[in-house]
Amino acid sequence: MAAPILEVSGLGKRFGGFVALENIDITVVTGERLGLIGPNGSGKSTLVNCLSGTLHHDSGNIVFDGRPIDGMPAYQRTRLGLARSFQLPKPFRSLNLLDNLRIPLLYTVNARHGAHLAGAAIDERCRALLADVGLAEKALHLPRDLTQVEMRKLELARAVASAPRLLFADEAMAGLSPSEIEEILVVLFRLNEQGITIVLIEHIMRAVMSFSTRLVVLVAGQKIADGAPQEAIRNPEVERAYLGE
Amino acid sequence: MDTARFWIVSFIVAVVILVLTRWLIGNEYYFFAAYQVLQFIVLATAWNILGGYTGYTNFGTGAFFAVGAYTAVVLHKTTSLPVPVMMLVGGIMSGIVGFGMGYLTLRLKGVFFAIATLALAIVAQTLIVNWDYVGGSRGIYVIRPQQSPLYGSYIQYLYSLMLTLTWISVAVARTIERSTLGLGFNAIRDDEQAAEAAGVPTLRLKLISTTLSGALMGMSGAPLPYYVTYLDPASSFNLSYAVNSVAMPLIGGMTSWIGPVIGAILLGTIQQLATVTISSALNLLIVGVLLIVFVVIAPNGIVGLVQSRRRARLR
Repeated sequence: MAAPILEVSGLGKRFGGFVALENIDITVVTGERLGLIGPNGSGKSTLVNCLSGTLHHDSGNIVFDGRPIDGMPAYQRTRLGLARSFQLPKPFRSLNLLDNLRIPLLYTVNARHGAHLAGAAIDERCRALLADVGLAEKALHLPRDLTQVEMRKLELARAVASAPRLLFADEAMAGLSPSEIEEILVVLFRLNEQGITIVLIEHIMRAVMSFSTRLVVLVAGQKIADGAPQEAIRNPEVERAYLGE
Repeated sequence: MDTARFWIVSFIVAVVILVLTRWLIGNEYYFFAAYQVLQFIVLATAWNILGGYTGYTNFGTGAFFAVGAYTAVVLHKTTSLPVPVMMLVGGIMSGIVGFGMGYLTLRLKGVFFAIATLALAIVAQTLIVNWDYVGGSRGIYVIRPQQSPLYGSYIQYLYSLMLTLTWISVAVARTIERSTLGLGFNAIRDDEQAAEAAGVPTLRLKLISTTLSGALMGMSGAPLPYYVTYLDPASSFNLSYAVNSVAMPLIGGMTSWIGPVIGAILLGTIQQLATVTISSALNLLIVGVLLIVFVVIAPNGIVGLVQSRRRARLR
């Protein structure tokens, strides 16, 4: 079995009296495609926020690539190779697409030890990243000129620009049409083939089932299933959570 | 134009302005008025580093400006340092205030940050009013030296100092705009969470922004005691500094270094003209009316207006 890239143990997060996450244990193995599902309000996004550093967890431990990252600010986690996309796309609205991607390159890739990209190389890399998601034509446009699906692609491209080893794709397909979902899936599969471990947080079951090699199910802040996708959704607890008694 | 060339070209422009004004203008008053306009260019440019590039609205310009001015007062009473050194020290002091403000208010966003800066201005003013050594609420007279250390009159000397500071501020702003730092500032302005996720150390960058912005404001305030020769809290913390340094970038355009410069020249000159021809009480009214006009017809300022015209023509 491949080495774990992310080990989460006993993770807890509460907002006042509300327990959003309780005692979550998850291990993500290098190279896998993990699907994370759960009904609305089950804590999926909170989990992603805690793991990527947007929020800070109250208890438990997170180990990324053999190194504890509890309490580490989000930007440092990104620099370590843990990237995320946001559920609602958060493009840098005043900057064109090229500059949107330039930021993670300048602040993440160039902040790491080793290769330091110069101006022309960065430009080239940004254009290549845009071409990868089919946005090459719009390189000099502002995000407001993009359609919904293009916005999601930009969101993914910006996360990928930081050259991550692990990518959290937080509902990258919500609200898209079936053909658009297919487009995003193609992008995600290709990223995975390039060696990026992907955790897909998603509502759309068809997409999750075709993408994931393993499934984790959250319900009301607790992990209730973890295993092969077909087995996980047949788990009685999962059925109850989704379909009711 | 690359950054190094911009520094050189803007330096040449500043020197040309200096020589031309010295050569062409005989009336002292014009230097007196030009000083004001230049001072507003510095304030507007400094404000724009935090307000325009980084997206944090600062209503406390008066406080930073006055910290610079009162630093100069203290130095005037205790030492006999030349004014440029006072400007440097004033800049350091208000830079420290900027850093402190940034550190204390870093969790506040949008309107809450703006209110905190307003509070800072009030706190600073209260401290000065109750500090007898620098004149308290009575104010203080600062006797300016009889002779200018360089050439011409003392006002001309102050004018050349302010022109130098203007050159430095504008070149610094332009440098930031084209740098990795500037791109990071823009990322923070557009979306702080996304900026963090893209690897931008938002806290550090915000502190750099508040410190730099505050320092430039303080530097522009340091020569003030010599300029007015009588300094009191009511004038040094005047609301007009805060209002103008917000209004000028807004009217000129906040996305580029040229915006605050245009705004400051336009508003600064109009106010000088109004002061002479009509009354000085009219100044803030003019600013207010222009601000409303621009918010309605050109929310991205003059620069934004030109840019959108140009973009429309390309299509």
